[in-house]
Amino acid sequence: MELKADDWSAIWLTLKLASLVTLLLLVVGTPIAWWLARTRSKLRSVVGALVALPIVLPPTVLGFYLLLALGPQGPVGQLTAALGLGALPFTFPGLVVASVFYSLPFVVQPIQNAFAAIGERPLEVAATLRASPWERFFRVAVPLARPGFITAALLGFAHTVGEFGVVLMIGGNIPGKTQVLSVQIYNHVEGLEYTQAHGLAAGLVVFSFVVLLGLYRLGGVRNTLGTGQ
Amino acid sequence: MNELCVRARLPLADFTLDADLTLPGRGVTALFGPSGSGKTTLLRCVAGLARAAGRVEVNGECWQDDARRLFLPTHRRPLGYVFQEASLFAHLSVRANLEFGLKRIPAAERRVGWDAALELLGIGHLLARGTATLSGGERQRVAIARALLTSPRLLLMDEPLAALDARRKQEILPYLERLHDELAIPVLYVSHAMDEVLRLADHLVLLEQGRVLASGSCAELLARVDLPPALDEEAAVRVDTTVAAHDDAYQLTRLDFSGGSIQVTRKALAVGTRARLKIQARDVSIALATHDRTSIVNRLPARICGFAAAAHPAHCLVRLDVAGTPLLARITRLSKDQLGLAEGMPVVAQIKSVALIG
Repeated sequence: MELKADDWSAIWLTLKLASLVTLLLLVVGTPIAWWLARTRSKLRSVVGALVALPIVLPPTVLGFYLLLALGPQGPVGQLTAALGLGALPFTFPGLVVASVFYSLPFVVQPIQNAFAAIGERPLEVAATLRASPWERFFRVAVPLARPGFITAALLGFAHTVGEFGVVLMIGGNIPGKTQVLSVQIYNHVEGLEYTQAHGLAAGLVVFSFVVLLGLYRLGGVRNTLGTGQ
Repeated sequence: MNELCVRARLPLADFTLDADLTLPGRGVTALFGPSGSGKTTLLRCVAGLARAAGRVEVNGECWQDDARRLFLPTHRRPLGYVFQEASLFAHLSVRANLEFGLKRIPAAERRVGWDAALELLGIGHLLARGTATLSGGERQRVAIARALLTSPRLLLMDEPLAALDARRKQEILPYLERLHDELAIPVLYVSHAMDEVLRLADHLVLLEQGRVLASGSCAELLARVDLPPALDEEAAVRVDTTVAAHDDAYQLTRLDFSGGSIQVTRKALAVGTRARLKIQARDVSIALATHDRTSIVNRLPARICGFAAAAHPAHCLVRLDVAGTPLLARITRLSKDQLGLAEGMPVVAQIKSVALIG
């Protein structure tokens, strides 16, 4: 069995997408996780539920509304058009935006749990040792939450690699631009190219298993797929 | 200006913390009281970890003043804080824990040297270790050194020995005493253990239900009989003595103090050294005449200064004066009446046992 150029381009595109999305999610998700882990605001449960929505929503629903929002008539679409960026659907940046929403809970919840597990005490100790709020965050909270960050990055990456419905809704099936692995497998099956489909599908099974094995070895998948409370 | 002023008012779950204290700006002040009396909360207010209404001033430096809308956040207050459990940073080595605070202090403001702190707490050999491999006592010594290395103007200690067993406590107490003797840093020391207070404190604040019952010098306060029943089982005085002689035949050591002398089982102390004794009220009884035959060795002529109620209605506390040294006795009210005890009466204080506390 030989992978065709299309397959290789799908693999490359998927890795590029997942890496970029994971990076963005760590940047966006960390402050959200910090806030969720520490706030006493009544909005906490509302925000927590919103972040967790992609876990239960069918990807098609999420993709549908993202398509509307990002499309030429949608609020985000009009904004991007006004900024001269054009419409995002059916582009790689569009995929990135959609994936960030789709994988958000898988990154936020492990980090949130890790922050919550640290408790207040180490941060208080750091304050009595003259550490400013920023220093307390970067020198104490982040290093102590390291296992949570590793879990978050692995889960975010793996989950983005595995997405299908949202991609199909928002990105379509454009080779080299939005045609990711899962879509490519779908194409092969549609075309009755089962051997090709096997090659990619089996690869994904092995990849996912290895990632999860790593996570369980780290002991990091407690409550990760749950509510994050 | 050499004093600590703390005024704090903060509603808590069961009561309102309401303290207005002026404390000496040097030496060790113990905040003493039962669990849940607001000691720790008061300490947290001084540190800025909890926010009460009021004012905090430390040796002329204002940390909080609601009237001026001034509230320095904790990391801007030059204090050291030792928590009940050592709370070392698990992701850092012992050395990195110690450096965490130190490196945030400008070199010109460092008054406690690296070597001095390591030597004072005996932790030089632990530097390369991870925190998980330390014993409870070692962890707490590292935590104390870490706080000291920030050259604090005030050291706050929240029951630093409470999480340790008796042996570890004995291991750390000498270090705390050296801290007291060698550093001119005022210390606020929260405790509910009378032993520690007697051993370390110069000044004592008694707290109950968030209120200050009494504040004064340790010796003076402990000999008062009007103190709350909270103190009852623990009621004791501290007597400073010097080792006078050893009796080899009977294996006893004689300790002299201004009011007389006390004999204890032989101690490995050189003649002339200081020995601090704790004498608990429940270990002191009263006799009317010196010629009563008894097995009790330590019998001191005393005069009755006053009475007070004790926690149990069967008991009462008697304040005695032994040639200038105050002593407390806890006796039954029945004995008081049978012996016809009254203020001003000369009696004999019989001391059943004493504890050497340093």
